[in-house]
Amino acid sequence: MKHAFYTAAFLATLIAAPQADAFCGFYVAKADAKLFNKASKVVVAHDEDKTVVTMASDYEGDPKEFAVVIPVPTIITKEQVHITDNALVDHVDAYSAPRLVEYYDEDPCRPQVMYEMKAMGGMAMPQSAAMDSASRSAALGVKIEAQYTVGEYDIVILSATQSGGLETWLKESGYKIPDGASAVLGSYIKQDMKFFVAKVNLKEQEKLGASFLRPIQVAYESPKFMLPIRLGTVNANGPQELFIYMLTRKGRVETTNYRTVEIPTGMDVPLFTKSEFGDFYKAMFDTQVKKNDMRTVFVEYAWNMGWCDPCAADPIPSDKLLELGTFWIGEQQQGSTPMMKPGAMVRRFNPGYRPQDVFITRLHVRYDRAHFPEDLMFEETSNTQNFQGRYVLHHPWTGEASCQAGNEYHAGLPARFSKEAQNLATLTGWDMETIHEKMESNGQSFNPSEIGKPLKWYQQMWQNKQQ
Amino acid sequence: MAISLLWRDPRHYQILSLSLLLAAGVAWLGFDVPYACIGVIGGTALLTQYAFTRWLRLPSFDPKSALITALSLCILLRGNSPYILALAACIAIASKFLLRVHGKHVFNPANLAIATFVFFHQAWISPAQWGSAAWCAFLFACLGGLVTSRAKRADVALVFLACYIGLLFARAFWLGDPLAIPLKQMRSGALLLFAFFMISDPKTTPDSRTGRVLFAALVAVFAFMLQYGLYIPQGLIYALALLAPLTILIDRLLPGRKYVWGNHSKGEAV
Repeated sequence: MKHAFYTAAFLATLIAAPQADAFCGFYVAKADAKLFNKASKVVVAHDEDKTVVTMASDYEGDPKEFAVVIPVPTIITKEQVHITDNALVDHVDAYSAPRLVEYYDEDPCRPQVMYEMKAMGGMAMPQSAAMDSASRSAALGVKIEAQYTVGEYDIVILSATQSGGLETWLKESGYKIPDGASAVLGSYIKQDMKFFVAKVNLKEQEKLGASFLRPIQVAYESPKFMLPIRLGTVNANGPQELFIYMLTRKGRVETTNYRTVEIPTGMDVPLFTKSEFGDFYKAMFDTQVKKNDMRTVFVEYAWNMGWCDPCAADPIPSDKLLELGTFWIGEQQQGSTPMMKPGAMVRRFNPGYRPQDVFITRLHVRYDRAHFPEDLMFEETSNTQNFQGRYVLHHPWTGEASCQAGNEYHAGLPARFSKEAQNLATLTGWDMETIHEKMESNGQSFNPSEIGKPLKWYQQMWQNKQQ
Repeated sequence: MAISLLWRDPRHYQILSLSLLLAAGVAWLGFDVPYACIGVIGGTALLTQYAFTRWLRLPSFDPKSALITALSLCILLRGNSPYILALAACIAIASKFLLRVHGKHVFNPANLAIATFVFFHQAWISPAQWGSAAWCAFLFACLGGLVTSRAKRADVALVFLACYIGLLFARAFWLGDPLAIPLKQMRSGALLLFAFFMISDPKTTPDSRTGRVLFAALVAVFAFMLQYGLYIPQGLIYALALLAPLTILIDRLLPGRKYVWGNHSKGEAV
């Protein structure tokens, strides 16, 4: 009964970003610094009832002001906490990011080789945060289960018997608790959750010389496979964005209490999308969120981590995966001869490739209290079907093509461009007229007399540059 | 007249409503069910039914129950390969003929196959695939089923839902959670499908009304414990599969009249 064992994640609050409220937990800042985080990143490595959660924060304010309170399913000892590098999380993010690919049409008059190129990376995100604490206790029904410093963080693990006491303890210890948090804390207390409270130890941080906060990792055993997002929605200022990178052994991860749907993929889009891929993806995601009434969790990537095709970033080497918590590959991660598939320009295999060992599911969710009243509950399935958010550019042939096949090819282009424009408009909700204008000025003309004319040298030069 | 005859056997309505639910899931909710899988599951279920009909020399081949099982599997079960799904369909139908006590099969066929394949990680279910938007339409389809089946065994579905939803609200009340949480939890297409098409299967529920009420309540409590106490997301499916053998005991303690499809007692369909 293996599905029984799921972990709970306590996700984190750790994240704080300058423009949004903490995601899974709430930010507890000492001064009046509003902690926003529009986007938080969490890597969850999970197998059976063992879970390792890596929480990257995008907090960029004064470390003194940073604090997080995260519900966790068990007491966490010092050995269960580790601090890692932002680069690692950024790598996972880049590897799994939605991607744009491009193809070049061959000379219609002369069969040729087709090139494939990849482009694009992913969502960028920030770093960590800090906090603050103190201790008072038993009278409030709060027990300090453990207290230690790891890396630049001072960490306290609390258990509590009543939410009022916990709230008072946190407030007296200098944490700014949002109104309305008490009921949520009470619910977690009754569910036997503990509280992971972290703040930045300035001395340690100075010693390390790091100017940013590094991701905190927590390893635990529990049948709860979930991420607590409720604290983070208490004081949220508008919807929040969460990226979850699930690393599992058997296959894809789905949410069991919210619909999980794949983001639209595989469409041909106009060439100018290349210079505004970020805007394109954001607009498309907005459109999808609206279409689904902001009640779904989106899959942006699902793939065996041994390889990628095309790659938005190199596959992640085994030692780094192990650092991210995929404990089950521990014994086999020595090999490191990269396996390249002959002839593949962009497909890459992981050093020490073992296709069955780590499967990534990148989930992206925009949530608020009204649409996501419950914590996110997960299930690992045996679904190993690969999926990627992938958008395609097809460059028309721009050389000479004065043959019958060439004429037919040119005659077919306007219809193809129209389809691309239509795809883009449907995906993003962008205005069709603007799309047409941009296409015209980018060499994708709908005018038959313009078609087939090679681009001017200056058009070629600036074709894909941002305006 | 023709219509009332048609609805006399509640399986006709079930086949219709399950087909519509499947079509809606594929068309609007993006269920990942390739047509080939529907064909493979349906074909295997019917073939298995036919093979057992011949083997056991039953008076006639009745495809209706096999179709209902196949449709339930298509709606709920997902697998990496059509062979796995075909095997699930085969096991589901075979269980009706092989696992019998006192002339009744012990397990709901689809439930047994799903529980087995999910437990061994050979396939998976997506409990949240319906979301909550489709819930109202879903509810109407299910309630329609009750009306057309003249509430013959509606007691099981209703008692189960009342107990399960009651527990959801009790939990929220105890935790101090907002009502939005249990309301969201009860608005689940998977819960309705389970209540109206799986646990209420008249062939695998106790014969007496008291027995059925007891059985439905037990499944609800057990499923709730699995789901919210042990954090097993497929609590409903496991609870029914594990408690199904209890019907044998309940039928012995609280005997009743055995259910016959369509209310005609000649040549019992399996």
